[in-house]
Amino acid sequence: MRYSGFRVIWEALTGHKGWTPAWRDPAPQSDYDIIIVGGGGHGLATAYYLAKEFQQARIAVLEKGWIGGGNVGRNTTIVRSNYMLPGNEPFYEFSMKLWEGLEQDFNYNAMVSQRGVLNLYHTDAQRDAYTRRGNAMRLYGVDAELLGRDQVRAMYPFLNFDNARFPIKGGLLQRRGGTVRHDAVAWGYARGADQRGVDIIQNCEVTGFRITDGRIAGVETSRGYIGAKKVGVAVAGASSRVMAHAGMRLPIESHVLQAFVSEGLKPLIDGVITYGAGHFYVSQSDKGGLVFGGDIDGYNSYAQRGNLPVVEDVCEGGMSLMPNIGRARLLRMWGGIMDMSMDGSPIIDRTDVDGLYFNGGWCYGGFKATPASGYCFAHLLARDTPHPTATAYRFDRFRKGLMIDEKGMGAQPNLH
Amino acid sequence: MIINHPLLGPRDAQEFTYLGDANLLNRPNPDAPDAAERFYEYLYLRDNPAGLHRELWYHEQGDRSWLVVTRNTLTHEITKVELARDVARAAQAAGESA
Repeated sequence: MRYSGFRVIWEALTGHKGWTPAWRDPAPQSDYDIIIVGGGGHGLATAYYLAKEFQQARIAVLEKGWIGGGNVGRNTTIVRSNYMLPGNEPFYEFSMKLWEGLEQDFNYNAMVSQRGVLNLYHTDAQRDAYTRRGNAMRLYGVDAELLGRDQVRAMYPFLNFDNARFPIKGGLLQRRGGTVRHDAVAWGYARGADQRGVDIIQNCEVTGFRITDGRIAGVETSRGYIGAKKVGVAVAGASSRVMAHAGMRLPIESHVLQAFVSEGLKPLIDGVITYGAGHFYVSQSDKGGLVFGGDIDGYNSYAQRGNLPVVEDVCEGGMSLMPNIGRARLLRMWGGIMDMSMDGSPIIDRTDVDGLYFNGGWCYGGFKATPASGYCFAHLLARDTPHPTATAYRFDRFRKGLMIDEKGMGAQPNLH
Repeated sequence: MIINHPLLGPRDAQEFTYLGDANLLNRPNPDAPDAAERFYEYLYLRDNPAGLHRELWYHEQGDRSWLVVTRNTLTHEITKVELARDVARAAQAAGESA
């Protein structure tokens, strides 16, 4: 079924009896050409692009729980491509371009809203660093504007401009950045993949890999053995656990990152604001809740919930940036498990096992990368060569000293 | 989280900074022929277990001691706290360190 305005009106007039499930619930077949482990945003996007752009068939996505139940449903929905380094910026800009055409491409309303991402600066040194980053972005053809204090004040007059310690001196604005309805990204990719014949198999946990003579033969799952010519693992948050089944140790630690939403408020913030002096970023959802987050808790965790000291720290950051939210009540908070890679950048690469591919290490920046991650991983799975924008995301960069240290902090909590 | 310090008793985890896996105590021998490979594994690769994890915490806001804390990464429950000094010396005595 194709979704359209006409369809909505037609269904409204006929009692909404014509809607069908957005994807099937197939039983697993005995074998597939390509199995994607992980039915999150990245896994579903991979399956979608494999079927649509790389003409692959006989694909399955195996998901331990329900699709979109992990980090794609737990993030703060921000998309942007304001990176600096050569290994990163073309990739994230590729992702941004895919976001821009995504809803038409997969015929699903993902509420892509390019409302602008503003990174504030508070010192002369920070202004210089942002100037450099903005220039690097523009060299790659990405939009970036350095705003002065008055321009920021015109956009957000309520910010704490005259804070004695961290006065706001301006900001780096990427107007094409913004927010996307995160769950709809998973659902849209799932529906698009399903329409192209991909089997999305939920409640199917991978419990092991069957490897013969250094080549992948299939996966053991909670619903039985499934054969496969190629297996792609996209399970960020649980990467170390899944890849341990293949005997691999990864340059990754799992950490918990919390996010928060306030009660619904009247329209206040029409873009995304990040605080340059603390770790705090905020946008306002269409329902009116302020959606915000801060730093990782800073210790290994698989618990999907954090502790109160970070809640206090994030709220202090919010209060010092915009004191007017002081009376707003916190509605909900939750945690997600991040693959913190050792240099803070992701991995999309082959492994030592033939036919086994890995996608992970997204730290806390995986959501914005969803379309490009799926596209590049599909490229790698289908053609066995990395996509031109993802050539730097290799396992061996740590061994060779070719780290992509955008911020140079990775998993090390005391560097954040 | 409350860390039961072996010398000072129960202390809030906020007083500590976290470093990571206690395997960082087992620094490879820089003179070994395969030192580059072993330092790569030491520096970058992690077991990252879901369950019991032995990890290094530094009592920065307290007595500046390093601790080896055994904590469950699924529940955040702390089951054992040792002085890192004692752990390192015990490993040395047992000839485990490289």
